[in-house]
This record gives sequence, structure tokens and C-alpha cells, in this order.
Amino acid sequence: MTELSYLDGNMLDGPLRELFAVDLSTATGRCDHCGTVGPMAGLQVYAHAPGLVGRCPTCVEVMLRLVRAPDRAWLDLRGTTFLQVPMPVQTPR
Amino acid sequence: MGIVSPGFQGRPRTAEPALPPGQYLTEDFPVLSAGPTPRVPLDTWEFVIATETGTEFRWTWDELMALPQETPTVDIHCVTHWSKLGTSWRGVSLDTLLEGVDTAADYAQAHSYGGYTTNLPLDDLRDGQAWVVHTYDGEPLPGEHGGPARLLVPHLYFWKSAKWVRGVRLTVEDEPGFWETAGYHDYGDPWREQRYQGD
Repeated sequence: MTELSYLDGNMLDGPLRELFAVDLSTATGRCDHCGTVGPMAGLQVYAHAPGLVGRCPTCVEVMLRLVRAPDRAWLDLRGTTFLQVPMPVQTPR
Repeated sequence: MGIVSPGFQGRPRTAEPALPPGQYLTEDFPVLSAGPTPRVPLDTWEFVIATETGTEFRWTWDELMALPQETPTVDIHCVTHWSKLGTSWRGVSLDTLLEGVDTAADYAQAHSYGGYTTNLPLDDLRDGQAWVVHTYDGEPLPGEHGGPARLLVPHLYFWKSAKWVRGVRLTVEDEPGFWETAGYHDYGDPWREQRYQGD
């Protein structure tokens, strides 16, 4: 019996490229603090700050932080339990 | 009279004030905020220093006002590239607040009403480098600028000067705060242009 082993992180490239190519504002997110599920486009975004801060419209806790340096960006989603992203329907091969 | 007249020179040219790299001078006071402005009534306001062993030192508003007050005039530098020179504040030095606080901690994490946090070495709060300020330009500090009281640590980028400050936790380990966990530099020295991680 062979052991299940893990794959090199390079394999994430394809799946993540597909994910982050979509418009995240069309995604649905769950607030990790209060459990509210709603469109990310409904977040309250504070932009007059060192980064963008997206807050839950229900409890005002931080769901998203996006910091943009000239050559890098950081996306902090620890306040978001999940993102539900609309995807093209997969057809059986 | 010589042929070449010195002519009218107008006002003497003053040297451009020295700014940290990448900064521009502003005369107004931009408001930056990562969330809604907390409204903190003075009768329930408090400032707490908590040591790494859990000992707490608390001050009410009236107790803070009864401490020796200082009036620092300092230059401030925001990581979003603006600098403002010669800002005038009134408040209590962290040296005063840390008097009698027995600690072996090397780090501090300031925390605010509204949930904001920021970290810095404890040494950067000492020796006349940091204050809890409640007055700006002779007036009570407006809420949008961090009133009733904010931290003032002008030798670091201004995100370290936590608005609506509620207290400082003294920690043995460095614990990155709100922006430091999202790409911003852990220390944030404007003269070394430490804006982002790895700068």
C-alpha cells in the first residue's frame, strides 16, 4: 500500500490563477466574527488609510486588508471565514 | 557703482526643510482611518498599561490630566508620503506613565478603542520619545485625529501613533499589529524609509 503524499506547491499555480482571475467583488464572503454571509461588494471599505480595509456591514469587524506596495501586494483575509466565488459550470469530460 | 547690479532679491531664499526620503510637505492635516471613529465618553475613558506578567496600571481621564503635562512640538511623517512640520501637542510622556512599572519586556503593543493595534520596541516609548496626547494646536484633540487621546511617537511613521489609544501591552515577544501583519514594516523608521516588510 502506498502512502498518500503531498504535492509541490507549484501545483497551486493553476487553481489559484483561475481563482484570482475572477472579480472578487462578485464573491460572497462570511464574516469570521459574526457569521454574516454576504457579497464582498457590500463591505464597508475604508480607503483613506495606509491600505484598503473592508469591514463587515453587520458587525464592522475587519474582513479584508489589502496593502499595495509599488512592487508587491498583501491580501489579509483572516477576518473572512470563506469566499464563495462564482465559477464556470464544469462539464463532465 | 559696478556694472553688475545685485538687483532686487526679494525674500531671502530659505533652505528647504529636511524631509525623510519619499515624503512631501503638507500644511493641512489629512485624516486617515481604518474604521469608524469611536466615540469615547471621558467619564468611562481609561488608559491601561499591562505588563507581561499581567499586572495592570490604570488611569482615568482625570488621573491622566493630573499627571505632569508636556507640550512637544514635533514633525510627523505618514507612510502615505505626507509630512507635517512643527505640530504642537499637549499630553503625558510615556516616561511618566512607565514610572514604577516593573517589566522585563522588550516590546510594546498599543491598542485602541475600535480595535486598532500597533507594535514597537519598548525602548521607543522611553526617553522623551513618546506621549499620550489629548490636545492639538491648543484645542482638544478632535475625534477624527484620534481624540480624546492618541499615542504620539513622532520618530516613527505616524501609523505607530495609535489614534484613540486605550492602552499598551508590554510583551516579551514582538507581536505585529494591524498594519504590521498586512505588509507594513515592523519598525517603520521614516529616515530609513521602512515602509513595507523587507525595506
